[in-house]
Amino acid sequence: MQLELDNLRCAYDDTPVLSGLSFTLAEKQIGCLLGPSGCGKTTALRAIAGFEPVTGGQILLDGEVISRAGYRLPAARRRMGMVFQDYALLPHLNALDNVAFGLHAWPARQRRARAREYLGLVGLKGSDRRFPHELSGGQQQRVALARALAPEPRLVLMDEPFASLDVDMRGHLLREVRDILRRCGATALMVTHNQLEAFAIGDRIGVLEGGRLAQWDTPYNLYHRPVSRFTASFVGDGVLLSGQMRPDGRVATEIGDLNGRLSGSPSPDGRVQVLLRPDDIVHDDRAGMTAVVHDKAFRGADILYTLALASGARVLALVPSHHNHALGESIGIRLETDHLVVFPETS
Amino acid sequence: MRLALARRGPRAGRGLKPSAGWLGLGWLLALPAGLPIVIVLLHFGGAEPGVLAHLNGQVLPRVLGNTLWLVAGVAIGAGLLGTAAAWLVAVYDFPGRGLFAWALLLPMAVPGYVMAFVAIGLLDYAGPVQSALRAWLGPQAGLPPIRSYGGVVLVMSLVLYPYVYLIARNAFATQGRRALEVGASLGLGAFASFRKVALPLARPWIAGGVLLVAMETLADFGTVSAFNYDTFTTAIYQSWFGLFSLGGAMHLAAMLVAIVALLVLAEQALRGRARYNVGRSPQPLKRLRLRGGAALCACAALSLLLIVAFVLPVAQLAFWAVGELGELSMPRLTEAAGNTVMLAAAAALLIVVLAGLLGFARRMQGGFAMRLSTRLATLGYALPGPVLAVGIFTPLAGLSAWAGAGLNWSLSLQTTLFALLLAYAGRFLTVAHAPVEANLQRITRAMEEASTSLGIGGWRMFGRVHLPLLRGGLAAGATLVFVDVMKEMPITLMMRPYGWDTLAVRIYEFTAEGRWEQAALPAVLLVITGFLPVALLTLRGEK
Repeated sequence: MQLELDNLRCAYDDTPVLSGLSFTLAEKQIGCLLGPSGCGKTTALRAIAGFEPVTGGQILLDGEVISRAGYRLPAARRRMGMVFQDYALLPHLNALDNVAFGLHAWPARQRRARAREYLGLVGLKGSDRRFPHELSGGQQQRVALARALAPEPRLVLMDEPFASLDVDMRGHLLREVRDILRRCGATALMVTHNQLEAFAIGDRIGVLEGGRLAQWDTPYNLYHRPVSRFTASFVGDGVLLSGQMRPDGRVATEIGDLNGRLSGSPSPDGRVQVLLRPDDIVHDDRAGMTAVVHDKAFRGADILYTLALASGARVLALVPSHHNHALGESIGIRLETDHLVVFPETS
Repeated sequence: MRLALARRGPRAGRGLKPSAGWLGLGWLLALPAGLPIVIVLLHFGGAEPGVLAHLNGQVLPRVLGNTLWLVAGVAIGAGLLGTAAAWLVAVYDFPGRGLFAWALLLPMAVPGYVMAFVAIGLLDYAGPVQSALRAWLGPQAGLPPIRSYGGVVLVMSLVLYPYVYLIARNAFATQGRRALEVGASLGLGAFASFRKVALPLARPWIAGGVLLVAMETLADFGTVSAFNYDTFTTAIYQSWFGLFSLGGAMHLAAMLVAIVALLVLAEQALRGRARYNVGRSPQPLKRLRLRGGAALCACAALSLLLIVAFVLPVAQLAFWAVGELGELSMPRLTEAAGNTVMLAAAAALLIVVLAGLLGFARRMQGGFAMRLSTRLATLGYALPGPVLAVGIFTPLAGLSAWAGAGLNWSLSLQTTLFALLLAYAGRFLTVAHAPVEANLQRITRAMEEASTSLGIGGWRMFGRVHLPLLRGGLAAGATLVFVDVMKEMPITLMMRPYGWDTLAVRIYEFTAEGRWEQAALPAVLLVITGFLPVALLTLRGEK
């Protein structure tokens, strides 16, 4: 089912929370809404689920308006499966009955068979009779997912579904949840503040800032072709370095002329800020240019160096960790850019 | 705790929608407790001039002094007993500790007025103990008189210490051992650690328990009447049924309400403070093992407490009761027992429904006005029965006189029973509300939304999500109210339909005439039902 948000607005007591949100999530795609806390992503999800009224614009599911100002298709009739951050399993029902809860219109026997099938799908075969408090966090999450999927909802909504799990469990479960959603052919929308989760699961990611959609794009484009400073700084590591556009399309900076396919636009006088990701700067002992190690973060396979340039500006460099340099040391760097993202110089 | 439910923005859910209706319901439910307060305060100084002069000149000075001294004495007595017992049980391990942990709650099952007449019957000048002493040591031998200030304080401390014990034990269990370790690391011995570290840490909780004891003491009617020790509650009763001055009764009730208000304010202030320290260390710490003499002393001290506060009185009660079995008074006893059970069941059913409604109203509608109405509706635990009795009777009698239904003193049976249930609701709504509210808190907003998004909303959701999850709390609330109403004395005594006795009323009459043996049989029935809430408390504590 295709989900479409058209200029959606939400407000709590005259304080706008969402001001004009528009995007389209195609059938069988997994979308993510990504943003810092308070950006309105959860409100958007709850409005889609039918828990919050909207004050403007509309929400369409397969072309049918389900929310607009003054109208809300009741949540109970939207046929959307929701996975909550705390899972919200019903403590008086066992795993099977929790999954069967949404199948109330089915005959008893089919209901149980179906619930069992979905418990199996999420890898919990044989846990039918266990109660939520007897399940681990990850198992509870799977039951919640099975419960949301069992009635074959038109849309699956997930509100920070991995936030309550520990980090080890998270990565494992992320892939599994993505595979299950694909296998069911579900259209799903997840809300998260964690970009790695969004990258791992989303076909399309929307970055929200202060109730507005900064960018709705693929994970690759979000990282490599951010259209706003906010997206550039919120997604991935990187710094903005001042430079000057040249007539030949190259960007002159204090670490040399940068080369690559260009996106974004400069100021009228040609001054720009160019986005440099840590992988754009390569450490090379033979390189002529040097920078001083200002800070370093050991990450196992590699080290993320913060390097100070002659002007005092800082850049980041991701370097294999056997190149272990001390703070204050000058190291050789080389540029390796194949596309350039530029923004107009602000001052 | 309640703030956790408060959520930004409009509340979700179909069918059960927030509205002014919920707020109206909240205020309606606050009436049984709130109305009597307003009524008696409005009638302050409103008695007949002669009565007023008598009350202010003769009764008030004595009653005020008596009440305050009693509250102070019992607060200290119960506070010391409860804290000491709690410290031993929570921090140390010794033979019998597991048994004492729950057995020390048993005195809660014995109503104060039962304990009172057993103590008097046993220890009075003509009683078996003093008679035996005289026979053994000669005519001069004897104990100090039991019907005295010391006697009341002792009996009430023995009955009420479990309140402090229960609260202090939980406080010590989570931080007691750590307090010992902190003390030891600073070079303090066990007792110094207790005094300088553990006690100050647990002070908000202990003070909360002591305040509960103080409120129970203020509200007590049966125990002090058995001792002929006049306090506000007995004076209110006397004014109404001795001087036949309802105005005088309300005059006294207004002053009692003022004293209660002070205690409630103190408790509010404490609650605010205790909240900050709660739940620092969730897992109970390992107890210290006592050996040899120390273990023996702990064991002996707690045994003595348990024997005096529970075993002896219950044994004496059973002894008297067995002697009374098959006596002529049996049919009247059966009738009183039937009345009691009927009344208690009706009240339990009514009040638990009201408690459920109150919980839902609070959940659906936030805001200051709603919080205030909930607070008022659950204030009953602090309101002495006689205050509720006069405060509910007056407006209903006025209403019924206005409607031409009859004279003030002869309300119809239905009206009287309704008034009685209303007064019970005022006093015991809080008892049922606590477990219901605790269960309601466990039903998160997300669970309701999960149910809604799965196509089950409104009343179907109530049936499939709320009701199953509330069942335990509703049952616990109903049980607690049932037992409390069975034991209730002053409201029943003052508001029951004429000639319509309950077990507590029978005990009051027998006690007034000094017929302890006959009072024992109904008392045994009350003690047996009194075990129910103790069992509930123990089970919940172990979960």
